[in-house]
Amino acid sequence: MDNPEQLGEAVLAEIAAVADLDALDRARVGALGKKGSFTALMKTLGSLAPEERKAFGARINGVKDRLEAAIEARKTALESAAIDARLGAERIDVTLSPRPEAEGRVHPISQTIEEVTAIFAEMGFTVAEGPDIEDDFHNFTALNFPPDHPARQMHDTFFFPEKADGSRMLLRTHTSPVQVRTMQSVKPPIRVIIPGRTFRCDSDMTHTPMFHQVEGLVVDTVTHFGHLKGCLIDFVRAFFEIEDVPVRFRPSFFPFTEPSAEVDIGCSREGGELRIGHGAGWLEILGCGMVHPNVLRNCGIDPEHYQGFAFGMGVERLAMLKYGIPDLRTFFESDLRWLRHYGFLPLDVPTMAGGLAR
Amino acid sequence: MKFTLAWLKEHLDTDASLSQIGDRLTMLGLEVEGIEDPAANLAGFIVGHVREAKPHPNADRLKLCTVDTGLEILEVVCGAPNARAGLKVALARVGTIIPETGEPLKKGSIRGVESQGMMCSYRELKLGADHDGIIELDAKAPVGAPLASVLTFDPVIDVAITPNRADCLGVRGIARDLAASGLGRLKPLTVEPVPGRFESPLKVRTEAPEACPLFVGRYIRGVKNGESPQWLKDRLTAIGLRPISALVDITNFVTFDLARPLHVFDADTVEGPIRARLSKPGETVAALNGKTYELDGSETVIADARGPEALAGVIGGAPSGCTERTVNVFVESALFDPRRTANTGRKHAIESDARYRFERQVDPEFARPGMEIATRLILELCGGEPSHVEIAGHVPDWRKSFVLRPMRVAQHGGIEVPVDEIERILADLGCSVAEHGHGILVSPPSWRADIEAEHDLVEEIIRVNGYDNVPAVSMPRLAPTTRPVLTLAQKRRGWVRRHLAARGLVECVTWSFLSEAQAKLFGGGAAALRLANPISADLDTMRPSVLPQLMLAAGRNADRGLADCGLFEVGPHYAGDRPQDQAMMAVGLRAGLASGRHWAQPARPVDALDAKADALAALAAAGAPIENLNVFADAPGWYHPGRSGSLKLGPKVLAWFGELHPRALKGLDVKGPMVGFELFLDALPEPKARPTKTRPLAKLSPFQPLVRDFAFVVEAGVLAEALVKAAKSADKNLIAKVEIFDLYEGKGVGEGKKSLALAVTLQPTDKTLTDAEIEAVSAKIVAAVTKATGAALRG
Repeated sequence: MDNPEQLGEAVLAEIAAVADLDALDRARVGALGKKGSFTALMKTLGSLAPEERKAFGARINGVKDRLEAAIEARKTALESAAIDARLGAERIDVTLSPRPEAEGRVHPISQTIEEVTAIFAEMGFTVAEGPDIEDDFHNFTALNFPPDHPARQMHDTFFFPEKADGSRMLLRTHTSPVQVRTMQSVKPPIRVIIPGRTFRCDSDMTHTPMFHQVEGLVVDTVTHFGHLKGCLIDFVRAFFEIEDVPVRFRPSFFPFTEPSAEVDIGCSREGGELRIGHGAGWLEILGCGMVHPNVLRNCGIDPEHYQGFAFGMGVERLAMLKYGIPDLRTFFESDLRWLRHYGFLPLDVPTMAGGLAR
Repeated sequence: MKFTLAWLKEHLDTDASLSQIGDRLTMLGLEVEGIEDPAANLAGFIVGHVREAKPHPNADRLKLCTVDTGLEILEVVCGAPNARAGLKVALARVGTIIPETGEPLKKGSIRGVESQGMMCSYRELKLGADHDGIIELDAKAPVGAPLASVLTFDPVIDVAITPNRADCLGVRGIARDLAASGLGRLKPLTVEPVPGRFESPLKVRTEAPEACPLFVGRYIRGVKNGESPQWLKDRLTAIGLRPISALVDITNFVTFDLARPLHVFDADTVEGPIRARLSKPGETVAALNGKTYELDGSETVIADARGPEALAGVIGGAPSGCTERTVNVFVESALFDPRRTANTGRKHAIESDARYRFERQVDPEFARPGMEIATRLILELCGGEPSHVEIAGHVPDWRKSFVLRPMRVAQHGGIEVPVDEIERILADLGCSVAEHGHGILVSPPSWRADIEAEHDLVEEIIRVNGYDNVPAVSMPRLAPTTRPVLTLAQKRRGWVRRHLAARGLVECVTWSFLSEAQAKLFGGGAAALRLANPISADLDTMRPSVLPQLMLAAGRNADRGLADCGLFEVGPHYAGDRPQDQAMMAVGLRAGLASGRHWAQPARPVDALDAKADALAALAAAGAPIENLNVFADAPGWYHPGRSGSLKLGPKVLAWFGELHPRALKGLDVKGPMVGFELFLDALPEPKARPTKTRPLAKLSPFQPLVRDFAFVVEAGVLAEALVKAAKSADKNLIAKVEIFDLYEGKGVGEGKKSLALAVTLQPTDKTLTDAEIEAVSAKIVAAVTKATGAALRG
């Protein structure tokens, strides 16, 4: 009868010596498999006397446990070595470029309109829109531009051909016609902003034949010039994200508002660099005023009971000042290099909670 | 509108500084566009005293002067003929910036002699044109004192006058506004009529009372026209006008001083009577600017017996203009209809100071006083003898009055202004004010045609009282938290925009117009959408599609070396000139390679399905029901007929996509391949309104899905979509997904046929499928596809 301990030592030696998982498995089968040496040893138990059988069985099992543990340990070691060996042969050049992914951009005009909208939404303004091709009534007459008035000439209007009835359509010179459309269709109180395309027959360093405006309109029974000031000061400070930027209201003239004002913000031009905030200079950024009673009347609203204010500003100008974009014309050139530089990442949605811009 | 500080002070009694005046003008709405203060250029210049002036050893015309600065003695070489001992001069030392050149003075050697300074002329200091010699300062000027302290300067102020303020097109009107705002006192202007000595041999008539309601004229005989005196020349030069002769200069002066345009005829060149009438078609006027204008009957002219002598209120005629030989003159001070004057000026493209004022409406009461002021100036500067005044027509009725309710000032202006201050402001502006039942009865002055109603008075009070004094009030909140404000259409635009950008497309904003030829390539170019006055021929027609502008943009980027690009725009296109003809579009374009050359993957040009993917992604982002869309192989003519399609919901087209037609590429002169899509945002259906934001419960099966592959051979013309739909229909509950994973045409499948391989995902929901059940559903799939498309399962 074989000695299990001796037999065990021999198998342990074999396990320790194997070079790979296959050899290990052969050793395991040779000892513990169906025809293995220990299996054979176990079979001899039946021929032993009961007392002897118990003691001998315990010895065999003790050795078997040790063998199984040794096999498991050896297996882990060999597997680990095999992985090390395989990975040792697997290398890439980590300096290679990854597969390209296109990265899109949102145009500064869209982003700026979203920023403006976010601010005015906080003040309860909804967003109204209207057509680019307008008629004389909505663009001029309803807005209190008398026929042949010099203010009308200042607008450099694009016209379409005259129709059989003598009328002719035009490209809106401002988004103000939507004020008229809004007042004709909605009962006060009204708080709207009106972003959109506008057109003037002018093209040079600082003018493009198409540009964008955001117009604002408030009509109710109580809103006065002090609210106009407060609303626009609050807007300007929120938009430029400069808490204390100085704001100045200068008297001006527009046919559709009275009193009218142009709004300047403080800036400095020290060292040739324009910086918005406290400084010696002023920058004009928008026009505004109390809605002219004639305009209210033209839109079917009684100026004895209702009053309010309107304002208008150039979207490109706001973007240029906030983001330091030097040239108006570049907004419309669709130059990919410019769009990638000044454009915004798709997930940078302006919010008041998170700040409008990074 | 330019004027000088001294000129202003002729009308305004004030101690205010130049900068105070400038600031106040701006805050009165008379926006200062610039203040030219010559003293600002004179830093470093001092009074020098020439002790000695010796001849230059090496040059006949130069002098070597010894100049005392009060601190030191400098040697200065000077070429001026008037440089002489004892003179007090304007002295620049080394380092002082010379205004004319803008450069600092350097120590120099002139003909071998070192010069340690420079004695300057008016021109070198930009104080005038005089360069005949150096400035001779007053003998009492203290040596070494800053030059600015001994010269008297007259700074020039340039203000922008808004179209409503015709009264401020004269210096006096500006002075009145400043005085009303508390910055000084308006000096009285008294106009004593000049008694006439004889009957005017020229009579006046106004034959078109609408066009010229009032014509005041006066004959002055025996004048001597010559150069104006220095003070008058200085005034005009300072504001950029060229002095011409005393008679002409006087009319210009009164125009700018009192906003009263005048005209002076050489009376010996006209044959009476002088008539203000409408022109006759075909008549001509030879104007003072050297041009001859042919008239069409709409213009007001001043005519004599022979014909039109002047375009009334716009420009005078050359033959009747004053010269140095003029001895008898006829002075015109009239009222012309603003609208007609503006139309005449615009039609004939004549800009003039007179037109500028008449078209903004001059003071109707001031025609007569203006005539008297001009008469006095002519008599004073040119001598002569005045006739009685000739008057035709009459001053039109301009008087109006209305009630101002003082509470309206606070109600509209947001500031309480005491009633006595309101009355003070209005009175200072020239209004007459009187008590009235529930307010103040106000009559605005003749020069303020712009004040027409109560609200105009409120504006005047807020403006003169100062916008700065109105307290700013934040808008009262309408709701405790911010409410969403965007409409569905507005939100969809935002979703689509950011989704397309996230897919790698770059947003553009392009012109709403293009050339007619370009528009025609995309189904547009209707005459009604062509601009009558385009900025240029390549931007003369409203765009019928956004694609061409994006294609042109891609072409420009290709020229810059960026041929592979993806662009999009969310913007309008125009099918007509009515509001409903304008459609809001989301349009994308890809050009060049979809995946560029890269070590890890093959380069691949863009194809129609890239555009389809963009369109579907945009539709999904907008919340369109994309599972219900049908794809059709039809798209408009600017797409490749075999590589384009449309996405429809029922009969409604939501989008077109595909490869752009080579004809369209050629017409725009851009290189392909280009693919694009056009999505009609306005056509998207509204989703069903839901009371809450709750989503349907997620049904996640605990059983493993399994995938079975099927390869079919079909006629090449059969659409892939047909197989997919048929396979899906085989068991709608069990089949979760059908995808085409292989397409093969060529050897082995037979001529005119193709092989399509479908991967069908089965998702059991209540138990694991048995082999028999899988077999059964597989058979149903094959049967359904075969029945619908004639496909055969590939062996």
